[in-house]
Amino acid sequence: MIVAALRRVGAVALFLVRILAQCPAALAKPRAIVHQIHNCGARSLIIIMLSGLFVGMVLGLQGYDLLQRFGSESALGVAAALGLLKELGPVVTALLFAGRAGTALASEIGLMRATDQLTAMEMMAVDPVRHVIAPRLLGGIVALPLLVAIFDVIGLFGAQLVGVGMMGVDAGAFWSQMQAAVELRDVAEGLTKSLCFGVACSLVAVYEGFHAEPTAEGVGLATTRTVVVSSVLTLLIDYLLTAAFLAR
Amino acid sequence: MSDSSSTVDAASSPVVAVRDVQFSLAGRPVFQGLDVQARRGAITAIMGPSGTGKTTLLRLITGQIEPAAGSVTVFGESLATQDRDARYAMRRRMGMLFQNGALLTDLTVFENVAFPVRAHARLPESVLRQLVLTKLQAVGLRGAADLMPAQLSGGMARRVALARAIVMDPELLIYDEPFVGLDPISMGVIVRLIGRIHRALGITTIVVSHDVAELAALADHSYLLSGGKVVAAGTPAELAASAQPAVRQFMAGEADGPVAFHYPADDYRAQLLGGRR
Repeated sequence: MIVAALRRVGAVALFLVRILAQCPAALAKPRAIVHQIHNCGARSLIIIMLSGLFVGMVLGLQGYDLLQRFGSESALGVAAALGLLKELGPVVTALLFAGRAGTALASEIGLMRATDQLTAMEMMAVDPVRHVIAPRLLGGIVALPLLVAIFDVIGLFGAQLVGVGMMGVDAGAFWSQMQAAVELRDVAEGLTKSLCFGVACSLVAVYEGFHAEPTAEGVGLATTRTVVVSSVLTLLIDYLLTAAFLAR
Repeated sequence: MSDSSSTVDAASSPVVAVRDVQFSLAGRPVFQGLDVQARRGAITAIMGPSGTGKTTLLRLITGQIEPAAGSVTVFGESLATQDRDARYAMRRRMGMLFQNGALLTDLTVFENVAFPVRAHARLPESVLRQLVLTKLQAVGLRGAADLMPAQLSGGMARRVALARAIVMDPELLIYDEPFVGLDPISMGVIVRLIGRIHRALGITTIVVSHDVAELAALADHSYLLSGGKVVAAGTPAELAASAQPAVRQFMAGEADGPVAFHYPADDYRAQLLGGRR
C-alpha cells in the first residue's frame, strides 16, 4: 500500500513536470487561460460569497462569545481578520474549490478521455497536455487566490454585520484594532497558502481527469477521488505551512 | 469498388505493414501473428466480428499502443524506433475518423475543423477560413459551421470529423467503424464521401468495419480477422466466394458457426436440474 501510494505521488510529480514543460507554450495563448479562470473562478463566485458571508457571521458570533468572557469584545475585528486571512479563508475556499471547480475539471477532462477527444488530439499530433491540461492548471492556480480574497472580504463583512450590527461592538474599535494589528506578513501567509492550495487542488483535478478510466464509472471515480484527495491534501498542506510560518 | 483499384500498383511499397504482431490485453491474447498491409493508393478494408481486435489494430497502426512482438511500419518507418516527435510527425501525415467522431465539444464545427490547422500552421485568418469552408463544403456541412457539436446528429458529427481529418491533406486516412449507428441516408452519404475523398486526394485509405455490403462497394482489398489472425484476405468478391466456414459465416451473417452463438457454459440440463446459478 505504501509502495502504491509512493508510486502515485511519483506519477503526479512526473505529470506536473510534464505540464510545467508545456506552460510556456500555454502562456503564449492567454485567452485559453482567461477562459479557464472564468470557468474555475467566476462560476464559483456565488458559492464562495455565500459561504464567506456565513463563515464570517459565525466567526462574529463565536468570537464575540469568547472575547466578551475576557471583556475584550473590541478585539473582535482583529480575531475575525486574522482567522479569515490566515486560516479560514484559504482553507474553506480551497475545500469549496475542490468540490465545485475541481470536480468540474476532473469530470470534464475525464469525459474528454471517455469520448476520445484527447486521443483525437494525439492523433492530430496535438499534445493534449499543452492544449487542455496546462491552461486549466494555470487557470485554477490564478483563480483560487482571487476567490480567497473575495471570501476574506465578504467574511469580514459578515463578522462586522454580526459583531457590530447585532452584538453592539463599537464599529470604530472593530476596524481600527484590525488595521493596527493585522500585518502584511499575515496577508502573505494567507496568499502563500491559497497559492499552494490552488496548485494542489488544480493538479489533483487535472491528474485524476486525465488518467480516468474511459467509462462512466471511471469518470465518477475520478471525480470522487478529486474531492477526497484535494480535501485531505489541503488540510495537510495547511498544517505544514502553518507550522512553517509559526516557526519563523 | 473504387475507380482507383485499376491503377493500384500491386508491387508498390505498402504504406502500412503489420508483420507477425502479437498483442495481449489484460492477459488475453488479441493478436497471435497478425499480418496486414495497406497498399499505397488503395482502400483496404479490415473486417471481423465484434471484439476481434479491429480497433486495437488501428491503435497499433497509429502508435497509441505497442505490440509485444512483431513490427508495425508506417510510411516505411518502424514505430518501435520512433520517439515522440517522430510519432507526431508521422501522425501529421495521417487523418483518423473515430467511431463517435470525437469532436471537441467546447468548439464550434468551424473551430473543430480549424483546430489542427491552428495547432500546426500559422495561416492568415482569411486563408484559414477559406480552407475550413472548402472542407466543410466537401462534406456538405458548410451551413453548419457555427453549430456546436451537441447540435449535430450522429451522421453530421461524423461528417464534421471527416472534414477535420482531411483538413491537413493527409496521405493516409483511417476510418474506425464509420457506419456504426447511422441511418441508411447518413450511411449512404458516408460511403460516397469515403470513395470521393479517396479518389479526389489520391490517398491511402484503411476502413475498419463489420458492414460487409458497404465495404464491398468501397474496398480494393479486404482482410477478415478472427481469433487474433487474418483468416481470409482478398478482394471483396474473393471473400464473398470463399468456402471457408469462418468467412462464410461472417459474410452471410449466420448466427452460428466457427463463432459460436452460445458463450461457453456448463451443461444446460445439469445446470437447470442442479439448482446452481
